[in-house]
Amino acid sequence: MEQKKFTLTVGPLQFNWPADAFSDFYARVADEAPVDRVVIGESVCSKRAPFYANRIPDAIERLQRGGKSVVLSSLILVTLERERRAARDLFAQAEHEVEIDDLTLMNYVKPETVFSIGPMVNVYNEATLAFLAGKGARRFCLPPELPFASVEVLAAAAAKCGAASELWAYGRIPLAISGRCYHARAHGLTKDSCQFVCARDADGLTTRTLDGVDFLAINGVQTLSHKYCNLIGDLDRLAKAGVTGLRLSPHSGDFTGVCRAFADAASGAVSPREGLLRVRRAAPEAAFSDGFLFGDFGAAPLAGA
Amino acid sequence: MSAGRTLELICPAGTPAAFRAAIDAGAHAVYCGFDDETNARNFPGLNFSRDEMAEAIKYAGRHGAKTLIAINTFPRAGASRLWSSAVDDAMRLGADAVILADLGLLDYASRRHPALRLHLSVQAAAANADAIAFYARSFGVKRVVLPRVLTVQEIAAINRDIEIETEVFIFGGLCVMAEGRCSLSSYATGKSPNMNGACSPASHVVYREEGGELVSRLGGFAIHRVAAGQAAPYPTLCKGCFQAGDYRGHVFEDPASLDAASLIPALAKAGVTALKIEGRQRSRAYTEAVVRSFRRALDAHAEGRPIPASELRDLTEGQQTTSGAYRKTWR
Repeated sequence: MEQKKFTLTVGPLQFNWPADAFSDFYARVADEAPVDRVVIGESVCSKRAPFYANRIPDAIERLQRGGKSVVLSSLILVTLERERRAARDLFAQAEHEVEIDDLTLMNYVKPETVFSIGPMVNVYNEATLAFLAGKGARRFCLPPELPFASVEVLAAAAAKCGAASELWAYGRIPLAISGRCYHARAHGLTKDSCQFVCARDADGLTTRTLDGVDFLAINGVQTLSHKYCNLIGDLDRLAKAGVTGLRLSPHSGDFTGVCRAFADAASGAVSPREGLLRVRRAAPEAAFSDGFLFGDFGAAPLAGA
Repeated sequence: MSAGRTLELICPAGTPAAFRAAIDAGAHAVYCGFDDETNARNFPGLNFSRDEMAEAIKYAGRHGAKTLIAINTFPRAGASRLWSSAVDDAMRLGADAVILADLGLLDYASRRHPALRLHLSVQAAAANADAIAFYARSFGVKRVVLPRVLTVQEIAAINRDIEIETEVFIFGGLCVMAEGRCSLSSYATGKSPNMNGACSPASHVVYREEGGELVSRLGGFAIHRVAAGQAAPYPTLCKGCFQAGDYRGHVFEDPASLDAASLIPALAKAGVTALKIEGRQRSRAYTEAVVRSFRRALDAHAEGRPIPASELRDLTEGQQTTSGAYRKTWR
């Protein structure tokens, strides 16, 4: 039997979906997606959380029944009092592992707490990785802007600390977070009176240059890449570098199809080429990139695509 | 109006000449960096050699001012030596503090040089009392430069909750994203503030006339289009004009710079220790004028006199200004 090369993690849903769509999505992931871990909870905007908070317990239960380990996600940018309280509460529960996506949460980590570090924490070098591992971090999803040369060094450093190293392998890449809501701004509103207009765009609102080139995607206070990161053709290189995990970031459409393609490519059941074809079929609208890792710039198209 | 607390004025210098000008104009402290990728303004022709830094520190010392060395990019994996030796050199040369952002480097500095005063760079984006407490407890950080995502009220609340000093930006360029957490520039150009100390770098800028319009591009992406003959703004990515749905315009931020001079009393009341002027890439003349004007404003505030607002307005050279996130409506 082919040895399993990667742990597959479904990252937190970045977008503002209606509660029913949220529940349906996690039910499908639970039942159909061949993944190992699912990170669940609001990471982008705390104003969205109340709309689906009561759906999370059922989603978790179903994911666990489907054999997935469940990890609770945290906000990328914590400024408000209630956001601090929510962050603190994450560590008050002991049932699930927490993924830290803002160093605010390091203030609540107790010596015995085991946690993982999300992609929005600046882990650019071995010293930072070792510091966090020393505090209890057991898994690092590395920052998506890192070049491959850094990933090689950090994957080795993580292994040395007994920690897992994960890469952002699929989905629009978070590029920036702000105090200002761009969805609201584009609709002539402000963050406080946003009317939740971000819910109109299931995968973010594509932002084009005045040349008409698709460039970025806005998602409330977050700015994403227009292109979807897609490392399915690079898995051999990543395995050789010692990367142990892949993160698949949720999108609308046939996301479980994307998960299956990655699982099959990772196990060697299909070739990288066939894997890429299957991801293209599952997400026909998406433009793909692996530019941060292997190109001259983040938006560079897939090599050879 | 009663006399206010004296606020420290922290001024930028990209060259030894600008450094001396800032001191002569009344800076309480000047921040600057070494001439390599260890600092977040790693521009050609800018920053200080070790010898120049030694001279600058002496000059500041003779005038009763402090020198803060920014080593605030994130060390590259496998190459941390460049950054740790910058910290060693800052200590050796007698810097009054280093401004750091990276956890690993903070860890190194606090262990290797326990006597070295540590400031937390805005690039660390510590945006609440808990994050700040973590840095203070872990590394003995004495001051935090707050990210430009907070309102004055939030800053006041933070100061009530923490035991270290805060420094905030008062004037100059304005990041609209949480600093140190933005990869927009590397998405378009491959050069990032975090890794290379460069945002929207000039090496990737092209201006071209196309069909009666002047287009400025960054890494091939059009950032501005203006009628030919008009001055094309520098294509800083987050200040560009884009189309998002039906909205066409400055999706992220207008090409405005920060001027929070009118908020000096409010920021003082919020418990802020120091006010920071952005612009290490600016000319000596600009630095001198801005520093002089802000020093007068702070002195006026300290003596309970009204702040001379008209004078500060001249410094923006007709450009649009904003008080940024300090006012809640900005969001």
